[in-house]
Amino acid sequence: MSNDLVILKDISRIYHKGKERVEVLHRLDLTIANGDFLALMGPSGSGKTTLLNLLGGLDKPTSGSVKIGDAELHNMSSSALSKWRAVNIGFIFQFYNLLPVLTALKNVELPLLLTNLSAKERKKRAATALSIVGLDDRADHYPRELSGGQEQRVAIARAIVSDPNLLLCDEPTGDLDRETADEILKLLQALNRDHNKTIVMVTHDGQAAQYAQYTLHMDKGTLASRESA
Amino acid sequence: MKYFYLIWKSIWRKKVRTILTVLSVFVAFFLFGILSALNQAFTGVDDVANAKRLVVLDKVSIINSMPSAYLSRIESVEGVERVAHASWFGGYYQEPNNQFPQFAVDPQRYLDVYPELLLPDDQRDKWFSTRDSVVVGRELSDRFAWTIGDRIPIYSSIWTNKSGSQVWEFELAGIMDTDDPRGSTAMMLIQYDYFDEGRAFANGSIGMYILTIDDIENSASVADAIDAQFTNSASETKTSTEAAFVKSFVQQFGDISLIISLIVGAVFFTILLVSGNTMAQSVRERIPELAVLKTLGFEDRSVLGIVLAESVLVMAFGGLLGLGSSWLVANFTLAGSAQLPGIYLDVEAIATGLFYILFAGILAGIFPAVRAMRLTIVDALSRA
Repeated sequence: MSNDLVILKDISRIYHKGKERVEVLHRLDLTIANGDFLALMGPSGSGKTTLLNLLGGLDKPTSGSVKIGDAELHNMSSSALSKWRAVNIGFIFQFYNLLPVLTALKNVELPLLLTNLSAKERKKRAATALSIVGLDDRADHYPRELSGGQEQRVAIARAIVSDPNLLLCDEPTGDLDRETADEILKLLQALNRDHNKTIVMVTHDGQAAQYAQYTLHMDKGTLASRESA
Repeated sequence: MKYFYLIWKSIWRKKVRTILTVLSVFVAFFLFGILSALNQAFTGVDDVANAKRLVVLDKVSIINSMPSAYLSRIESVEGVERVAHASWFGGYYQEPNNQFPQFAVDPQRYLDVYPELLLPDDQRDKWFSTRDSVVVGRELSDRFAWTIGDRIPIYSSIWTNKSGSQVWEFELAGIMDTDDPRGSTAMMLIQYDYFDEGRAFANGSIGMYILTIDDIENSASVADAIDAQFTNSASETKTSTEAAFVKSFVQQFGDISLIISLIVGAVFFTILLVSGNTMAQSVRERIPELAVLKTLGFEDRSVLGIVLAESVLVMAFGGLLGLGSSWLVANFTLAGSAQLPGIYLDVEAIATGLFYILFAGILAGIFPAVRAMRLTIVDALSRA
């Protein structure tokens, strides 16, 4: 039985800006094994974020196939993709994207609103996720009352609370100082190592990429090279 | 229901803006409630008018009076059961602001024609036997804290008495109630004989006759027969049903329903603009947050529902407060107003108000909600 979680075949993604045709990804093939922690690096416009969006079912390829687990994302409807994302994907953004009107605990609980869990069970699971990222004492704090690093930890807790296989991180340390960034990266490493999460991390930061098992370098919409840590 | 907390917190994201919007909705629905009650007072006369009662007036003008001799001639018309009469006294108590209806009537005849007016036997006897006595409705006695036996001076702007004064003093003989929940008792009934003998002019004249008929089906023929009796006389008459009379009286003020509809329409149009703008602004500010919800797996229709629910909830919050307040004011404070009897916010108006709350909530929120639903996650996230 194959251990591959992600199989991308002959992926192209073309945008149109007015009359201009922009091919962001060009006939890209990629396989990611279950339990991998990889960094995606490359210059701006090389297609890193577009690739991440395709992996998360936020965007569809112009051509080619995206298979994650048993799901063929390129064939799925918007509604089916939403349901699939809720179960299978955890997103971590550069600017955390927490809802400012909700406490840390309620932010973490958000993805669980899409499940049939009782309110009590949702709260319990959100509290567990917060304790995994070391923020159980900040459960009732609003995002404005947290530091950048703490906000990102809450975002990570939100990403893992529904226990998805795949975590997609878009510049997760881009807004943090070095010391805090290292803490976050260690946390991601622990999630990969101890909880067997497959992690794809887009980054510009070479030091951040060192925490991944390997780094894929992208250039002009293709995979240019692979570098092991 | 599990989204309620999220919706509630989102509504209060900008507290001042939400409070101002709720207040504007509150004012709109308060106004709607009060105007509806007012409309009821002006146009709901069919409900309080008795279909078996006819009113006879001078054909030329309501302010012209008719000879008292008409009474027996009206009584003689086939189909007429009982006849009473009433003459407008046009006075006030202590100061011009304290105006309320006063009529000079034949007590026995009047109570026969208006059986819904309730008066205890001892008070009835006292009124019948004391010429300068009056009875008033409960609403009036409460308003002026009158008790039986009080001497009440009334200044009449029309009638001078034989002593040359326009102030008439009466003894309060009884306090009337009514068994008609929609009826008003904000009036004073004076003995006609005492009034007619005391007034300095126009003696022997009557303001209007009120009669009951044996069968509603005969109202048109009885009315025609009465008017025919007085054709070519000095005081020709115009007989109509009580409802038609009250309606024609109300129409002197103009088309109240139209005026109220126009005001309510303008208010609702404004409130739609205000709420719609608030919702649109709220969605604009939250585009990245809504994109995050979609990223987490919230479906398009869920996002649509959340934004719509926010709009309806804001509208419901202000609308229910406004409608509730207008109900309290109309049915408990203004009800019984001597100046405007019959003011009442009825179930139909409340149901209409509730429908408007829902309708306005959906209409104000639909465009921002559709915009939120159609957000492309990738584009929206790029604005974060």
